[in-house]
Amino acid sequence: MSIRHALLALLSEGPSYGLRLRQEFESRTGDLWPLNIGQVYTTLQRLERDGLVESDDTDRDGPQKLFRITATGTEELTGWLRAPDGAAPPRDELVIKVLVSLRVPGVDVSEVIQAHRRHLVEMMQRYTRLKAHGGEDAERDVGLALVVDAELFRLEGVVRWLDAAEIRLREPAPPATPAPATPAPAAPASGAGGRTARRQGARR
Amino acid sequence: MTTMLELRRVSKVHGAGAAEVHALREVDLSVHQGELVAVMGPSGAGKSTLLTIAGSLEEPTSGEVLVAGAALSTMSRHARARLRRRTIGYVFQDFNLLAGLTAVENVALPLELDGLGAKDARAAGLAVLERLGLADRADRHPDELSGGERQRVAIARALVGERKLLLADEPSGALDSVNGEAVMRLLRAACRSGVAGVVVTHDSRLASWADRVVFIRDGRMVDQTVAPAGPESLLEPGQKA
Repeated sequence: MSIRHALLALLSEGPSYGLRLRQEFESRTGDLWPLNIGQVYTTLQRLERDGLVESDDTDRDGPQKLFRITATGTEELTGWLRAPDGAAPPRDELVIKVLVSLRVPGVDVSEVIQAHRRHLVEMMQRYTRLKAHGGEDAERDVGLALVVDAELFRLEGVVRWLDAAEIRLREPAPPATPAPATPAPAAPASGAGGRTARRQGARR
Repeated sequence: MTTMLELRRVSKVHGAGAAEVHALREVDLSVHQGELVAVMGPSGAGKSTLLTIAGSLEEPTSGEVLVAGAALSTMSRHARARLRRRTIGYVFQDFNLLAGLTAVENVALPLELDGLGAKDARAAGLAVLERLGLADRADRHPDELSGGERQRVAIARALVGERKLLLADEPSGALDSVNGEAVMRLLRAACRSGVAGVVVTHDSRLASWADRVVFIRDGRMVDQTVAPAGPESLLEPGQKA
C-alpha cells in the first residue's frame, strides 16, 4: 500500500492538516489500516521535499501546518492510479512451505495444506464478520466493504491455490515420456493416494 | 443450546463389490439452533450426500440422523414426509421454483401441501417475502425476477412456516459475488432468528459467512474452524498509533 499516494489522493480533495489526513485515511478504509501519525508527517515532509505538496509555512512543523497538492503532485497521482502493479510473481512463503513439505520425510503435505487452509478460512470469517456487522455510517461502510472484499478475494485466491495443489498432488502424475517397451516390475498402484502415497511408500 | 441436527457415525456406501463407493465415512456433526455451519470440500467429497441424508431425502447405510431430537430411523415414511414439509427447508443452487406459479404461490406451496388453507398459506408466504424485502415482487412469476430475487424467493420458501433446519446446497453458485453475499446474509439472519443452517459449498468466501466451517475430504470430516476471534484481532498489536 502506498501511503504516499493515499495522502496525495486525500489532498486532491482540498488542503488539509496531518492529523485530519490520518483520520480521513483510517475512516475511509473502515479503520482496517491504522496509520501512525509519525508516518503521516514523515511522508508529508518527503512529498514536500519532492515538490508534490506544498505548505503555507515551511518553517513550522506539527499539527498547525496546512498542506495542499501541487500540479506535479496531481500528475503523479493520476499516473499512479492507472499504472499496473508488479509483474513478477512474488516469492510466496506458503508456496515455499508446500514445496518444502513434499521433500521433508515424515511430513504429510495434505496436513500442511489443511492447516493453512483452516487458518485462512478463519481469517476470512473474521473479515466477513466485519462486513456482517456493518455500522451506521454509510460512507465508511462502503470503504470498509471495499477493503474487506479486497482481502477476502486475496485470501480466497490462496485457498483456491491450496485446493488445486491438493488435487494435483493426489492425481497420478501423467507420463512424461511414452511408455517403455517392457513394463516396469511391481508398478506402484495408481488411484487413491496417488503421488503422495507413492512418495511415502518410497521413504519406507 | 438445542441441537437441531445431529449426525452420529453416519456412513453412506453406493454400489457394491468392486464398484463400491464410500460417499460418507462415519461422519459426526451437530448443528445447534441459531448456528450456521458451512461444509466445505471439493467435488465428490460427499457434501451433497451429507445434505440429502440430513434432509431425510436419502437414508444412510449406517449411523443415525436426528432432526430436532427425533431419530429419522424410527419414523414412519409418513412422519418423515411431514418433517420434510414442516421442519426442514431446502435451498438449491438452481432455485427450483415452479415457473407457472408467482413468487408468493411458490413460497406458500409447502404450507398448502401440508394442508393449510390457501388464504392462510398466502398470508404466511407474504410475511416471509416481506421479511426478505420482496413484498413488491410477490405476484411476479420467476421469469420476471432477477437471479438474486429468485434465490431470495427460494429462501423464503425454505423458511415459510415453523422451520427449524435450513439446508442449502451451493445456494449462490449461479449468482455474482455481491448477490451471492446477499444470499449468505439472509441465511445468516435466518439462523440468528432461531433456525439451524447447513450450507455446503466449495467457495471459501461464502463459507466464511458461517459460524463454523467443517472440512470434508473423501467422505470424512477432517477438520473444522475454531470460533473466530473478534474483528479487533485483525489489527496487529502496536500498529495503531
